Parts: sequence; C-alpha cells; structure tokens
Amino acid sequence: MHVTSHWLKPEIRQSVGYPILLLGGVALLVSAAIGIADLGTHADIAQRQLEDLQVTLQQVVPAEYYDNEPVLDTVTVQEGDRSVQVYRARRKGQVQAVSFRTTAPGYGSSEMVMIVGVDRDGKLLGVRVISHSETPGLGDKIETSKSNWILGFTGRSLNDPPPAGWGVKKDGGVFDQFTGATITPRAVVKSIKGGLEFFANHRAVLLDESSGGNN
Amino acid sequence: MNDYRGIFADGLWNNNVVFTQMLALCPLMAVTTTATNGLGMGLATTGVLLTSNIVIAILRDFVAQEVRIPVFVLLIASLVTLADMAINAWLHELYKVLGLFIPLIVVNCSVLGRAESFASKQPVLASAADGLAMGLGYTLALTVIGGCREIVGSATLFAHASLLLGDGFAFLETTLIKDYHGFLLMLLPPGGFLVLGFLLAGKRVIERVTETSGVKEEFHCSVQ
Repeated sequence: MHVTSHWLKPEIRQSVGYPILLLGGVALLVSAAIGIADLGTHADIAQRQLEDLQVTLQQVVPAEYYDNEPVLDTVTVQEGDRSVQVYRARRKGQVQAVSFRTTAPGYGSSEMVMIVGVDRDGKLLGVRVISHSETPGLGDKIETSKSNWILGFTGRSLNDPPPAGWGVKKDGGVFDQFTGATITPRAVVKSIKGGLEFFANHRAVLLDESSGGNN
Repeated sequence: MNDYRGIFADGLWNNNVVFTQMLALCPLMAVTTTATNGLGMGLATTGVLLTSNIVIAILRDFVAQEVRIPVFVLLIASLVTLADMAINAWLHELYKVLGLFIPLIVVNCSVLGRAESFASKQPVLASAADGLAMGLGYTLALTVIGGCREIVGSATLFAHASLLLGDGFAFLETTLIKDYHGFLLMLLPPGGFLVLGFLLAGKRVIERVTETSGVKEEFHCSVQ
C-alpha cells in the first residue's frame, strides 16, 4: 500500500499554510477519534468502576448486613472543606452499616486512600487501603496481600481502645508499627480514628434517622 | 531492501531499545519490580509501537518536515489514550494490572524515536515489522530485568502472572524460597540500575567473545 503524494501539488506542500493546516487537521482528527472512543467506552468504564467499588465495599461490610445495593444508596456529607460520599448498607430498609473513603497523608507526597466500613453502633467492620504509594517492603504492609496488619482494626470503635490508645505503640497506643516504618501506620491509625469521629458526628444523617437515633 | 531478518535482529539484539539505544529507562525503572509487570508493560508498549509505526508510515508522505515532531507526538499520545480507554472498558482485569503503566507509554521516547528514525522514511510493512521487533526487544529487556529484580528482591518469579495472562499461565508463578524476607534494595530504583548495569556488561562480554571467535561474521553471512 503505497500512498504517494503525486496528487498533492508541490506548490501546496511548500506553501506557508500547509504545515499549519496539517497540524490543525491532525489535531482535529485525533480529537474526533478520542471523542468517539469516549462515547463508545464511557458507559462500559463507569460500569466497570461500579463493579470495582462493589468488590471493595464487600470487603469492609459483610454480606449479611444488607439486602440492598450499597453502591447505589449513597448520601454525600460535607465535612470541613471536603465532601464524603457514604454508601449505606440496608437490611429491610434500615441502615445496618455504612462505608466511606477516608484519606491519610502518605510517607511521600501522595495520599493513601482507605475505605472504612462501620456498623450502626460505630464498630469497625473492616478497613482496606485502596490506593497508596508507600515504600515497597516498608510502608506497604498496610496492604492485605503483604500483611494482616490492617485486619487488626476490625471490631474496634472510638472507645475500644480508649481515645488515648488510638495510636501506634511507639506513641503509647495499642497498634503495632512496622519495622522500619512508623509514619505510615501512624497516619493510617489517625485517619481511621478520624473516620470513626466522622461517623459519630453525622450518625443520624448517615443512618437515615431523622429523630437523631438512640438505640 | 526490506531485510526483515535484519529488522528483527536489530530490534531484539543489535539495536535493542534498552541495551543498545539506552532509551525508555524511566518507565523501565518504575515498573520492573517483577517479571510479570515488565512483561505487561512490554506488551502494552509493543502494541503502541506497532500501531504508531503503521499510522505514521501511512501518513509519512503528507507530513511536512517542519511540523513532523508535533504531529507524531499528537498521534502517539492519542493512540495511547485510545488504548487506555479500550483496555479499561473491555479488558478491565488487565487494566487493573496495567492501568498505571499505560499512560507512561506516552513518555516512552523509543516510540517517538522509531517514528522519527524509521516509520517516517520506510514503507508500511517494514515499519510494522520494525515496531513489532523494537517492541519485542523492549519486552524482552523489561522481562529479564524484572525477573532478575524479582528473584533477588523477593525470591519469586512471575508472581501474579495469572492476573495478567489468564489462569492458564498460573504455572509460571514460582516461589523460589519460602519465607524469604526480601532484599528491598533490588525492588527500589537502585536495584533497577544495578541489574541494568550488570546486563549491559554481560551483553558487551558476549559481543566481544563472539566477535573475536569469528562467530559474528558467520552469523552475518547466514543472514544475508
């Protein structure tokens, strides 16, 4: 397949406007291609991301807590300058547990993103780190594939351990740090505690109870 | 004229992107912590190299000299974007493994390098062969470096290969030493430089030995 430019007259090729038109034309073409591809893949990608989210939520809220679709039952709460999207797990219409994202500053420049599942009494059902860029071999023990450390938070609540114990052992708390890495677990512990406080502050809204909820 | 054997010999060995041209080292250091990651990044890059070489060879007669570099950059960047979207939508399992690496292909200078030095001057088929050969050479380099770092760093080989290639390739996953505590240095960027340095030295030694024993000449004769 030989495309030659015989039909493209040399005068046109050598004119001042040719490179400009060429560059503009190529830009227009590739933009159109990307636009069309976006239209074609947008729905699929959104669906895949929803499925990913579902899988993550299942890790922090056990299946027996809900009969609805927590991914679709969301409420957005304003906390300080950021808004938190909360996924409600309901059984027979009543919210049994919620899950939401919480972030912590990492060791490097980027944030760690965690998802936290909390039941209606403020007890942690599970915590998972969704994304982080901690040092491999040191800070990455927050992943379940590397260590069981993050599972140690299951069953904890704001008063278990008491507020003073919500820290790593080096700071007088009850949670282990890792050999060679203190900053990462410290940030994770603080962020999880922050998540529980967020739940306590907005409990009525999160549980969809207008009366303020007292059980 | 179009010596395909020569093209492949260049891509895989004589003019290998990593070991001879010393290009694309940034994505190399970032992803080669395991052989599987290296293989995945290599295959994704091969796909982009192949398509970008084909597209640019088709358009080569229309592209004016003065604006060729911006045109190539535009084409390559949009090809990578398209690949990123397509893999995300339709090969989502693969995307979860490769997702971080795909945008990195844009900054892989070997793609622009091949566009400029080969595809903009050669017919479509030869350019396709060149893209494929260079891509496979890059894949080979990434997989070997990833394998070395993985063996020394975490005593496994092709960990998580089934996530990338499908369950049929689970047999590739090997654990060499159980309860190995890991050699962190190899997993961090310095390990990548160390392995690359040793492999470069090894390649020079092989080339010198084959040259002095005359094997290279024979090899050359058989090619032509």
